[in-house]
Amino acid sequence: MTELLAKLLGRLPIGWLQLVHNKTRLPAAVAGVSFASVLVLMQLGFLGALVGSIRLPYDQMNADILISASDMNTPADGSPLPRQRMFEALSVEGVARATPLYYGKIEWKQSDGTIRNLDVFGIDPSSETIRNPAIEARLADIARADVALIDAKTRNAPDGLFAQIANGQPYRFEVKGRTLTVVGTFEIGGGFTADGYLVISDQTFLRLFPQRAAGAPNHILVSLAPGADVRSTIERLRAVLPAYDSSVRTVAEAFDKDRAFQTTQRPVGLVFGFGIVIGVLVGIIIVYQVLSTDVAEHLKEYATFKAIGYPQRFFLSIVFEEAAILAALGFIPGFVVSLGLYAMIAAATGLPLAMTGARAVFVLIGVLGMCLLSGAIATRKLARANPADLF
Amino acid sequence: MDRMGPSEFRAGGSMSRTAAPIVVRGLEHWFGEGEAKKQVLFDVDLVLQPGKLTVLLGASGSGKTTLLTLMGCLRRVQQGSVTLLGMELAGAAEDVLVQCRRRLGFIFQAHNLHDSLTAMQNVRMGLEVHGPAATAQWESAAAHLLDLLGLRERLNYLPGNLSGGQKQRVAVARALIGNPDIVFADEPTAALDKESALNVVTLLKRLGTERGTTTLMVTHDSKIMDLADQIITMDEGRIVQDSSLS
Ligand SMILES: Nc1ncnc2c1ncn2[C@@H]1O[C@H](COP(=O)(O)OP(=O)(O)OP(=O)(O)O)[C@@H](O)[C@H]1O
Ligand SMILES: [Mg+2]
Repeated sequence: MTELLAKLLGRLPIGWLQLVHNKTRLPAAVAGVSFASVLVLMQLGFLGALVGSIRLPYDQMNADILISASDMNTPADGSPLPRQRMFEALSVEGVARATPLYYGKIEWKQSDGTIRNLDVFGIDPSSETIRNPAIEARLADIARADVALIDAKTRNAPDGLFAQIANGQPYRFEVKGRTLTVVGTFEIGGGFTADGYLVISDQTFLRLFPQRAAGAPNHILVSLAPGADVRSTIERLRAVLPAYDSSVRTVAEAFDKDRAFQTTQRPVGLVFGFGIVIGVLVGIIIVYQVLSTDVAEHLKEYATFKAIGYPQRFFLSIVFEEAAILAALGFIPGFVVSLGLYAMIAAATGLPLAMTGARAVFVLIGVLGMCLLSGAIATRKLARANPADLF
Repeated sequence: MDRMGPSEFRAGGSMSRTAAPIVVRGLEHWFGEGEAKKQVLFDVDLVLQPGKLTVLLGASGSGKTTLLTLMGCLRRVQQGSVTLLGMELAGAAEDVLVQCRRRLGFIFQAHNLHDSLTAMQNVRMGLEVHGPAATAQWESAAAHLLDLLGLRERLNYLPGNLSGGQKQRVAVARALIGNPDIVFADEPTAALDKESALNVVTLLKRLGTERGTTTLMVTHDSKIMDLADQIITMDEGRIVQDSSLS
């Protein structure tokens, strides 16, 4: 290692030799950097899972443009839209299709009394509202009253239930005083607010949610006519639909807005962001502590090197060498531990928690920057090394 | 002891070693500020001859170390003139001083070795300051010098595992490895036994005749004074006797 670093640096790796010489400081520093790495990687993982789960329903929408209530933040909230908006949209040039999407939440009571929260899509079974082959294949089935399809990725469902349903054995459960018959499955996955999804027809939906004003959907999914331009169609829709109750966006824009809302204005997103800040602060403080103590303990040696004729940048390079070594040595175990925790938490919660190469590189660079910043602060102590004091 | 060939040392770069390596004129120095300001050097004049061993004598507090650090570019000249290897140090920029130090070798009273570096690595630090060179060359030069100083068996020891005398000899090797024009030594033999001390001084004298290395040493060892070419005595910040002038 010493030889490798000597080749890399073109000089003796003093920083490395100093670090390994101290049998307690190095492990402590590496543990500190690892801890900070784990903290940041976990928070980013959760944030990524949050964003991933926010994206799930949007990915299901078979549409170019989404018309939603003007007060909508997430697919599940916001006032219903007057059904009339759908017919108004249909009359706009460039619009090929406009279908309603009803969005609700139900509680799925298990035989043991526990409850799973399901997000419910109510769709028109005669049109292609949802982009999911398993659902498209069963549209005829859900056209019948009180027939449903269920998300096979729903968290904490009874063992073997979905296999049973897929094998043609319908499953019945009570909700809101009605009995739903589940005849098939599809896969979407749970998020932070729901354990999974349920798909029913718009008619079944309105029977389950009778308080819903006559046929008022949550969203209207608009598909463009061949060759129609998205931006100009959106402008035309905005001109026709009143801004006080409707907002018109591409599906991607709607997702972006939802993501921005949930990651910056909801406690869950803020907590993760705060966790990242804490991780970075912990890392900076530990690394600064270690590096500044190390500089302070070697002032005499540094003064000697100054007397020999080493310039100031040589001492800076020692501190930065140490910082970079701590970053590398600390990140690697932190990364491995995080991979393990990701797998454990994903298995336990069904959250889409996965390491991405970009995140690993991003955090590595961040950890390196954090260590170098701490090193930069620690180099202020170098000024105290005065070779005239050596005699 | 073996003869040391020039190839074993840093190649090239050194100026002619025939001119006086150090000329000090009217040097004065003060410590402290305001009320506490105190003059410690008064009108110091001296000339060192190339390749010679000069011993600096004087009671404690007479200003020997202060003079040494001024000539060694470790302190800024406040008043008067110090010409080191043809370079005026009064008013010189920091990077000029740093450059100058590379042509000097310091042997301190304390060894000041780096605890985390082996004997070899400590010596190597005296060479690396001159820029990248082939490692193999460094290692053979360093090993040779340590061998001359009786440390052949200790090349890869950390300072913590060396005796006081051994550490001081490593420090001597570190000062000499870069083939300095001038060696400054402040009571370097305090930590050495009689034989090693004499050994080191003999080595310095030989470097003087063979390579023109000039040595200025603060010491009260009478054996060393016997070997000196020039003896300068200080008292209360003034030079009171200089054998080269009498
Ligand atoms: N950094 C300093 N700040 C203030 N005064 C100093 C400083 N260094 C030395 N002095 C004072 O300057 C005077 C000369 O000190 P110096 O160390 O040069 O003497 P010296 O001849 O080397 O003594 P010794 O034989 O004890 O090493 C002394 O009075 C000392 O107290
Ligand atoms: Mg002294």
